[in-house]
Amino acid sequence: MEREHNNHYDVIVIGGGITGAGTARDCAMRGLKVLLVERHDYSTGATGRNHGLLHSGARYAVTDHESAVECIAENMTLRKIARHCVEETEGLFITLPEDDLNFQSTFVQKCNEAGIRAEVIDPALARVMEPAVNPELLGAVKVPDASVDPFRLTMANVLDAQLHGAEALVYHEVVDVLIEQNRVVGVKLRNNHNGEERSVYATVTINAAGIWGMLVAQMAGVKINMFPAKGSLLIFGHRVNNMVINRCRKPANADILVPDDAVCVIGTTSDRVPIETCDDMRVTAQEVELLLAEGMKLAPSLGSTRILRAYAGVRPLVASDDDPTGRSISRGIVTLDHEKRDGLAGFITITGGKMMTYRLMAEEVTNLACEKLGVAKQCTTATTPLPGSEPVAKTKKYSFAQKAAQGRHGTLDAGISSGDATSDALVCECEGVSVGEVHYAVNKLHVHNLINLRRRTRVGMGTCQGELCACRAAGVMCDGNAQRTINDLAGFMNERWKGMQPVAWGDNLAEAQLTARIYQRLLGVDRLASERRVEYYET
Amino acid sequence: MTTQTQTQNVSVNNFEQCLKCSICTVYCPVSAVTPLYPGPKQAGPDGERYRLKSKDFFDEKALKMCLNCKRCEVACPNDVHIGDIIQAARIKYSTHRPSLRDMMLANTDLVGTMASPFAAIANPVLKLKPMKAVLHGVMGIDKHRTFPDYSSRKFESWFKKEAAPTQDQYSKHVSYFHGCYVNYNYPQLGKDFVKVMNAVGYGVHLLEKEKCCGVALIANGMPKQARRQGEVNMQSMRKAIGQGHVVLTTSSTCTFTMRDEYAHLLGIDNHDVRGSISLATRFLHQLIEKGEIKLAFSSDYHKRVAYHSACHMERMGWVSYSTRLLKMIPGIDFVMLESQCCGISGTYGFKKENYERSQAIGDSLFQSIKEAAPDCVATDCETCKWQIEMSTGVPVENPISIIAEALDVEKTVEINK
Repeated sequence: MEREHNNHYDVIVIGGGITGAGTARDCAMRGLKVLLVERHDYSTGATGRNHGLLHSGARYAVTDHESAVECIAENMTLRKIARHCVEETEGLFITLPEDDLNFQSTFVQKCNEAGIRAEVIDPALARVMEPAVNPELLGAVKVPDASVDPFRLTMANVLDAQLHGAEALVYHEVVDVLIEQNRVVGVKLRNNHNGEERSVYATVTINAAGIWGMLVAQMAGVKINMFPAKGSLLIFGHRVNNMVINRCRKPANADILVPDDAVCVIGTTSDRVPIETCDDMRVTAQEVELLLAEGMKLAPSLGSTRILRAYAGVRPLVASDDDPTGRSISRGIVTLDHEKRDGLAGFITITGGKMMTYRLMAEEVTNLACEKLGVAKQCTTATTPLPGSEPVAKTKKYSFAQKAAQGRHGTLDAGISSGDATSDALVCECEGVSVGEVHYAVNKLHVHNLINLRRRTRVGMGTCQGELCACRAAGVMCDGNAQRTINDLAGFMNERWKGMQPVAWGDNLAEAQLTARIYQRLLGVDRLASERRVEYYET
Repeated sequence: MTTQTQTQNVSVNNFEQCLKCSICTVYCPVSAVTPLYPGPKQAGPDGERYRLKSKDFFDEKALKMCLNCKRCEVACPNDVHIGDIIQAARIKYSTHRPSLRDMMLANTDLVGTMASPFAAIANPVLKLKPMKAVLHGVMGIDKHRTFPDYSSRKFESWFKKEAAPTQDQYSKHVSYFHGCYVNYNYPQLGKDFVKVMNAVGYGVHLLEKEKCCGVALIANGMPKQARRQGEVNMQSMRKAIGQGHVVLTTSSTCTFTMRDEYAHLLGIDNHDVRGSISLATRFLHQLIEKGEIKLAFSSDYHKRVAYHSACHMERMGWVSYSTRLLKMIPGIDFVMLESQCCGISGTYGFKKENYERSQAIGDSLFQSIKEAAPDCVATDCETCKWQIEMSTGVPVENPISIIAEALDVEKTVEINK
């Protein structure tokens, strides 16, 4: 009976990372009735825990031609459709004295074969273009790398999916996959805020849960061979570089430095970890040391630049399907039609791939879903700009906060109230987030707590890591339930400390001590909070 | 283990050392009177992070409100050069060419050179209401302001004729950087300085070549000219220092500019000169402390003097040299005013767009001066003098002039022999 009514969908998409969001958008744009479900917040998994690098594909050119071709195509597409999420920084691949300069010609040749414009430049010119680069470099190649904000990109996809009629539920976790006669007919959801459970139904269920897709598949009784690979990164207090800096050699640890917004990020490491640890990743001292030591080879000034945080994500690596041993791991896109593969109809898994090929992944899986649903509509996601990136004349903005907000929300900044003293007052001074922007995020961008707010607006992501802004934001967001606000504040501050702890020395430690003084001794937040438990996964 | 990899945190003007405590904003005189100014923390270290991302984040209108008083730097517990960050950003990112007004206000020595010969005409004319209306309407120089009188005889001319010939008779010697104000507007301060130094046995000499220190050029967007003038001053000072002279001044702002702003904002290498530039009051106080000189004061000198701490005196940490020196005068009834900015900040307060803010900043200072009812206010900065005299009607003197007035010259000469 239930199924006949409101809770039957053409497609249920599991996972609010970039792949799920992109898939929901594509499905909705093709006229399907879509439900997107996410157990925590958007972009809490690998989507929000990477470099924020819009690869040119050059990194993969020598080792993985197919990925390189996908990257450069998506790179060019995202510059157009996600203008407000992308910063066109360009990138360098540098050869250091310890590297083999002969690799450079192979690299350039392979780039060209993949359609990536790779231009060998004089090291002296590279030093002028990017003054932070290691001055000892022997060679440099310029490629069309860029930086991209995955939080914004995910949100823009969700917003567009909703504009096309999709429904989206955050804090709704799939606790069971409903199967009738070898067909997945829906999922049982638990509301993670109040524990209530209910079932929702769909003709096709798409598993886009990243590394956790392995567990979702398990609930459906099918097995996917996945290999969680932990990658750790460091965030520096300000930009030392304005171009992406890579090492011109085969991909290795900590060889990419990306300028993201007002910071720069060095990464990554790569280590296999058990799936059980994926909900609470910790960065180790050894990883910090490795990242710093390798990072200093790209830009020596990193050795004396304040480090704000360390964080880690998990790559959803998938074994080639015919290889049960899991030796041949691909970083390419993997679409599993479980009807063909396992005899389980109505269930598709989309995984592997990379944050920046999300649109292509969404296109592939939506094609398959449409085929199953008998819908013959073409994909238009590559040519339709995302909300915020519409090509309209830029309105001139004056204040720091207005400019910063325009950078974050693109044309959607029109929805942010400004012009009066209250709206223009700053909540977050490091990142220029106004009261008006907080209201906008709370009203329009699915914000339930301070951590959600951070992902939408950068509140608390700056130098002070929440010291000044967290209590202000909590005050603006408080809806009358003071205890809940205090718990939220305590959780947020603990989450900030989690990332600072592995790099807590020097000025960063001084900052943390001042913060602790304010929130513990002065405000007594630790004593007032009724829940000390912090969902680390939320970080 | 990891701490060995990163042993220090280095950033331009220490902008990354900012712990976001916001104490600077509490002490900012501009933030206290207008919500339009984002405050030193925002305009300084916070803004710098975003300016490094894109120069589009340079907000000239906001940064221009900074007085460059450096009170933020005094307040900072973590040695962030907040004022320097703001001024350096203006130098680096401003694309505006200075207006005619700003060029005139900035070129203190050029304008002084032109005005001095016509002082008899220029002084009254500049005070006429129609002239002020023209300056206000056409030039943007606020009608409430009066330019300090130009002297018909420059200090340099007086010195060469009246003082220079007798200076070699002393056994010890100093060089004097008189600055524009002494030269063109108020030679009496220079004369007072010579009187005091001679009394304690020091011969005074001018620098081979002296240019305006350039503080007004920096503030008005002419860093190149400031750098050229700074280099000339450093060259001349190197020569003087080579002869064993200390270079003394009677202006806190000129001193601060040449000691600190040259290196921080203009990129002038002054490390070999900096330590030899000092304020006259500091130099005298240090000699007295060491027992090398003594001052004797006349017994019939009586005055109630209120001391105002100029911003750049605070920045250098030299207020106590001047106040302790003044307190040595037996006949002084000394009042210490609370340290706060008077609001003029050199040429800042002369601009009509800044006038109201300038007066609002100084308001509580003016009130406390009126309440203290002194015979005169003492301060080490000439632009504070103009502001306080205009706003309170109380005369303002440099501590050196007060020392000179109270000094028993004969006795002093005697005990220093």
